[in-house]
Amino acid sequence: MPTTTAADRETLIGPDGPWWKLDLAELWRYRDLVALLVRRDITAVYKQTVLGPLWHVIQPLITSFMFALIFGRAAGFAPKEIPGILFYLSGLVPWFFFANVVNKTSKTFVANAALMGKVYFPRLAVPLSVAISNLASFGIQFLAFLVLLIGYHAFDPAFAWHPSSALLLLPGLVVIMGLLGLGTGILISALTTKYRDLSFLVGFGVQLLMYASPVIFPLSRLQQFPWLLRVFNVNPMTSVIESMRAVFFGQPIPWGGLGYTCAFTVCILLLGTAVFQRVERSFADIV
Amino acid sequence: MEGTAIRVTDVHKQYRLGVFGGSTLGEDLKAWWAKLNGRPDPRVPIGKEHMSQRAGEFFLALRGLSFDIKQGEIVGVIGRNGAGKSTLLKLMSRITTPTSGTIRIKGRTSSLLEVGTGFNPELTGLENIFLNGAILGMRKHEIEARLDAIIAFSGIEHHIGSPVKRYSSGMRVRLGFAVAAHLEPEVLIIDEVLAVGDAEFQRKCLGKMKDVATSGRTILFVSHNMTSVRSLCNRVIWLQDGKVAMDGPTEDVVHAYLSTYADHKDEVEWSETDAPACDQVRLRRVAVERDNDGKLLTWRTPFRIRVGFDNTGIKDDGLNVGLLVFNSDDILVFSSSLHDGSPGRVKPGANSAWCEVPADLLNIGDYRVSIMFFHNAKRLMRHDDTVAFALHDTEREGGWYGKRKGVVIPVLKWGVEGR
Repeated sequence: MPTTTAADRETLIGPDGPWWKLDLAELWRYRDLVALLVRRDITAVYKQTVLGPLWHVIQPLITSFMFALIFGRAAGFAPKEIPGILFYLSGLVPWFFFANVVNKTSKTFVANAALMGKVYFPRLAVPLSVAISNLASFGIQFLAFLVLLIGYHAFDPAFAWHPSSALLLLPGLVVIMGLLGLGTGILISALTTKYRDLSFLVGFGVQLLMYASPVIFPLSRLQQFPWLLRVFNVNPMTSVIESMRAVFFGQPIPWGGLGYTCAFTVCILLLGTAVFQRVERSFADIV
Repeated sequence: MEGTAIRVTDVHKQYRLGVFGGSTLGEDLKAWWAKLNGRPDPRVPIGKEHMSQRAGEFFLALRGLSFDIKQGEIVGVIGRNGAGKSTLLKLMSRITTPTSGTIRIKGRTSSLLEVGTGFNPELTGLENIFLNGAILGMRKHEIEARLDAIIAFSGIEHHIGSPVKRYSSGMRVRLGFAVAAHLEPEVLIIDEVLAVGDAEFQRKCLGKMKDVATSGRTILFVSHNMTSVRSLCNRVIWLQDGKVAMDGPTEDVVHAYLSTYADHKDEVEWSETDAPACDQVRLRRVAVERDNDGKLLTWRTPFRIRVGFDNTGIKDDGLNVGLLVFNSDDILVFSSSLHDGSPGRVKPGANSAWCEVPADLLNIGDYRVSIMFFHNAKRLMRHDDTVAFALHDTEREGGWYGKRKGVVIPVLKWGVEGR
């Protein structure tokens, strides 16, 4: 039964309310919607497929294998002491997480135009659920990475994994990546309602951004190109990927870079939410 | 706000017309660059630069709408297309925001602008009940508590485990309404969902809506169908040009609303000098005449279309009058002429021809009539959209408010033999 507070609640619909004010209480009331959207995203995608959730793992595994072969073995970009496939998987798994969150949340308005034109619900529920459902596929991919890591530890005499307390940093890294992707995604989704050009740019742009991140080679190989190093350091994902590898392969954690990324994340999240909320009021009149 | 469920105060809604929103980033950058350099905005048509910022491209859908609705009232909202009904619904269901003015709604609101929105075709009926319920603002435990009632109401127990993509459109609507009907909001906004589904399901929906209303909840019901408005609402708000034209007890408002149809151009008359004419003939008067004086034309009423004209040039009996009847979809429903039946002879001078349209022929809706004159199969003149008329629904037994499908609505002879 609806509680008395729900019955007494008054909704005020007016022109330009304070768009910076985020109605978190309302979003919380719709938490079951977020949960159901996550479930829909996860289950509906793999209905009528044979391999099902295995598809989550296949893409990063094969990409890592190709990267290990081409960039690791042939070009010699990867550090010698880490098995190529582990090195690339440790970079690609977080990268795919970030990239998928950006790509999918950026389609929030355009993909749900029909629904949003008919029913009101807190629009932020959609990108939020997309980010969470991508967390699930990140989890599966990360599990695959752990299995490989332990496999190499057990069977490759040249490689040994020494788990350290740095592992505690891991949940923090995941949260940063998720929020960073979410903030970027909702900012773009809000802008695409006006400028459709952006929807073409996003997929391509995110792909390009990967080349300005240490997915393919560690930052340490860039010491002789200081200007390139600066470009890499502007990319907020750089420190996350470096930290990810640092956690598993026992290198120093780039605290300075992480600080920059955190600040960047907070800024883009605030900006994204503000623009998103501004657009959601007039969205139905535009699209 | 004591006892008031909805308060609408001086609401305006402005839409921009034209291509906005379709502009690309490039165009906007060009406009911005031009502005920086003090040149005219390239988007503004040449010769219209003096107009301020693409003025005149605005459209006011609502202009100063105000009304109060008390808790527990069932209020119908009626009005012609473009009167602002849909805009009002969109504002109240928070899909878009007003340009100025405020709407205050007390309690949980749910709007049924379209049932079954947000159904995912890949998920089963059961999964969709939860998803749809959550989209409409229900908590999971609320849906679980009402799950049996929802499934029973929808009447599709056997298919509840199949993906919705295998459902017929009727099944989707049933399921959608079943979810929405069990929402138990304090304020329910409904947009003509009654026009779907079969008679039995409609009766069920109507019954459910009456239940909701008697339990002290407020309903705002938007409809074109006067019969369903009459049977459900105790108060009606009539919108015209984005404002309240009339607000009061159902019968009064519906009667006033329908009577504006009666005088909308179902009779025209011209003087000798300004009449539409050609060399041989002059059109003087066209009227839609009915026997049941003062009452509304329904699909069950026969009526006559009378054409008064002056034959100024045809000496033989060959002058023929014809009419074309179009419906609101611009479909030519039928054409007919004087010579179809026993050819009446048209004498020189003033004449008055009539054509009787029987009952049970034209379906409910709006019609336009064009008049033509012929002489020996040669067209002399044509006058378009001369008169218009509307055929209304009648009160029917059985509580079915859908329009019968089809352009015509004949009552045919049927039989059945048992073997």
